[in-house]
Amino acid sequence: MDIRPKVLVTKIGLDGHDRGSRIVAAHLRDAGMEVIYTPPWQEIPVVVKLATEEDVDVIGISSLATDHLIVPKLMAALRAAGLEDVAVIVGGIVPDEDEEMLLAAGVARVFHPGSALDDISSYIRDITARIRAQRLSERRENA
Amino acid sequence: MNKPLDAALARPASGEDRWEKEYSEQIGTDKAVRNRSGIGIKPLYTPRDWNGGRYEDDIGYPGQPPHTRGIYATMHRGRTWTQRQLIGLGTPPDYNARLSAIIAQGASAVSLIPCNSVYRGYDMDEVHAELLGTCGVVVNTVDHMDACLAGLDLGSMSCAMNDPSPFTLLAFLLATAKRRGVAWDAISGTSNQSDYISHYVANHMFFRIALPGARRILGDHIDFCNRHVPKWNPMSVVGQHMQQAGATPAEAMAFTFATALQNADDCLARGMNPDQFLPRFTFFFDISLSFFEEIARFRAGRRIWAQLTRERYGARDPRSWRFKFHAQTSGVDLTRQQPLNNISRVTVQAMAGILGGLQSLHTDAFDEALSCPTEFGARIAVATQNILREEAHLTDVIDPLGGSYYVETLTDQMETEIRRSMRVVEEAGGMYAAVAAGIVQKQIGESARRFQDEVESGRQTVVGVNAYRIDEDRSARPSQPKPDPQKMRDHIDAFREYKAARSPDAVRRAQDALARAANDPRENVFAAVVAAAEAGCTHGEICATLRREMGFGHVQAIV
Repeated sequence: MDIRPKVLVTKIGLDGHDRGSRIVAAHLRDAGMEVIYTPPWQEIPVVVKLATEEDVDVIGISSLATDHLIVPKLMAALRAAGLEDVAVIVGGIVPDEDEEMLLAAGVARVFHPGSALDDISSYIRDITARIRAQRLSERRENA
Repeated sequence: MNKPLDAALARPASGEDRWEKEYSEQIGTDKAVRNRSGIGIKPLYTPRDWNGGRYEDDIGYPGQPPHTRGIYATMHRGRTWTQRQLIGLGTPPDYNARLSAIIAQGASAVSLIPCNSVYRGYDMDEVHAELLGTCGVVVNTVDHMDACLAGLDLGSMSCAMNDPSPFTLLAFLLATAKRRGVAWDAISGTSNQSDYISHYVANHMFFRIALPGARRILGDHIDFCNRHVPKWNPMSVVGQHMQQAGATPAEAMAFTFATALQNADDCLARGMNPDQFLPRFTFFFDISLSFFEEIARFRAGRRIWAQLTRERYGARDPRSWRFKFHAQTSGVDLTRQQPLNNISRVTVQAMAGILGGLQSLHTDAFDEALSCPTEFGARIAVATQNILREEAHLTDVIDPLGGSYYVETLTDQMETEIRRSMRVVEEAGGMYAAVAAGIVQKQIGESARRFQDEVESGRQTVVGVNAYRIDEDRSARPSQPKPDPQKMRDHIDAFREYKAARSPDAVRRAQDALARAANDPRENVFAAVVAAAEAGCTHGEICATLRREMGFGHVQAIV
């Protein structure tokens, strides 16, 4: 089955370094994915709204200057909106102790500087396949 | 009988011919080498590439145009560079403690990095508390600035501040000076983030007013400083952001000059005299790991700026011709993998900057790819500079690579490449128009992508990332310094008390005056910012007023 993941690439918080998010977004698009890209400085409710309206599989948060510290707030807002099946991945500068905190908060994976773009896109394909299979089986159960 | 042999003996092959023959026999298939700016690099350079023929015109002597060898007669042999380590974390007392320690270790000037909340134009009570003080010091009022610089003689210490438009940090500094009885004409330093154009192009971490307002405030700021704070450098033209965002070294230099020309043209249009504002223009660049390319680029940069200031602006004051630059070793070249390797990278980058003739240097801490730097990492970064200067004696000879066939050839080629990119901007109507149209942003994005492709394909080695990988002991990594949450809560409480204790009338009057200045081109907006700071207005209040009156500068989504 050919999977075309739908990915929201964005930045929350205060920092605006966007080289990473732009490179990753362009790579995912070139890899055949549907990419929704936003400029930096998005508010958490805006990210939740976009994820809902666009029905994305994955949200990629780029964090270069400690903005990952508010990702747990994003996770809570996604759960409150009923989007617990959307996978959230974080890329950028994330210290080890903070990575544990993010994974505990429900983040699917953290990509550090030096990650290969192909690893990021193949991970997104895999997790999207899992998410969609899960959604399908839930729908069947509900039906 | 042996006629052909005799002829060959009479005209022996030249050394160069023999070398070319031996080289091609021994090398097998020669790989094409290009530097980051796309210039093809040969295996050997000889007098055929550069023979010193136009030495006086193209190279000359230090302190004399075209400045290829340096902007001062004495260069590092006289005064070395300013060691300006960027610091900023937590609350003002935290910052002051760190500043005092780093000065004791040899840093010779103040640098102040504010919290991202300050960059974005907010006070501490307007943002997610988790983010406060994690990347810079939380300064919102004149009291905070006073505490940051406690114990420091403002009249003798140069202060560089990352202070984007509308320059509230300088306003707080001037208000602090007035409190302490220090005259403004004794205050020296630099507004490091005055270049709104570079923020629009490449670094979206700063508060900004919509383009027309940003342009006006910068002009007001330069004008105000020229009149009242004459030792202050109000205009630091920034190439660093563009290179960190992906511009090649040549592009970064070209776009920086295009920005400088834009700002100089704007100053001229206000009726200012080139010899009044040009001596106070400074530049700020990234130093990548591409060693010879960076050295050649800085040499070419000096030559281009000396020519532009003299020919385009007719500047007569030799100080106007000087391409003074601060440089920072490139964080993008650092790796999270095997982080101690970054000390080697920073050393090479710093050497390129020093041999390139910089005036001020920040060396990155090795742990910047892991977190905001630790004190341990920052100490090694300062020591690296001390070692290069005093143990390795890099400062004994002025422009020691001048006259190298390779470096001189590359300097010429970098100059050609820089001028080519400058023409693209010129044809788009200048930097302001090129940025408004997104042309520069798009070019930088493409260059970032091209370099990433080099790394992904393995054509560009990155040790520990795409080659020479090892299993690492993660526990050996330093842990992220974080501000003390209790101290930050106390800082916020004290800030709320400060606001409540002010005279509401005085604050409102200052804000009204600021709003009026924003709408009246005959007034100086920065003068109104300084008055507001003195009246007790906070950073967030000043930014909010201008944002309301002049509009906010949004980021274009260009992928």
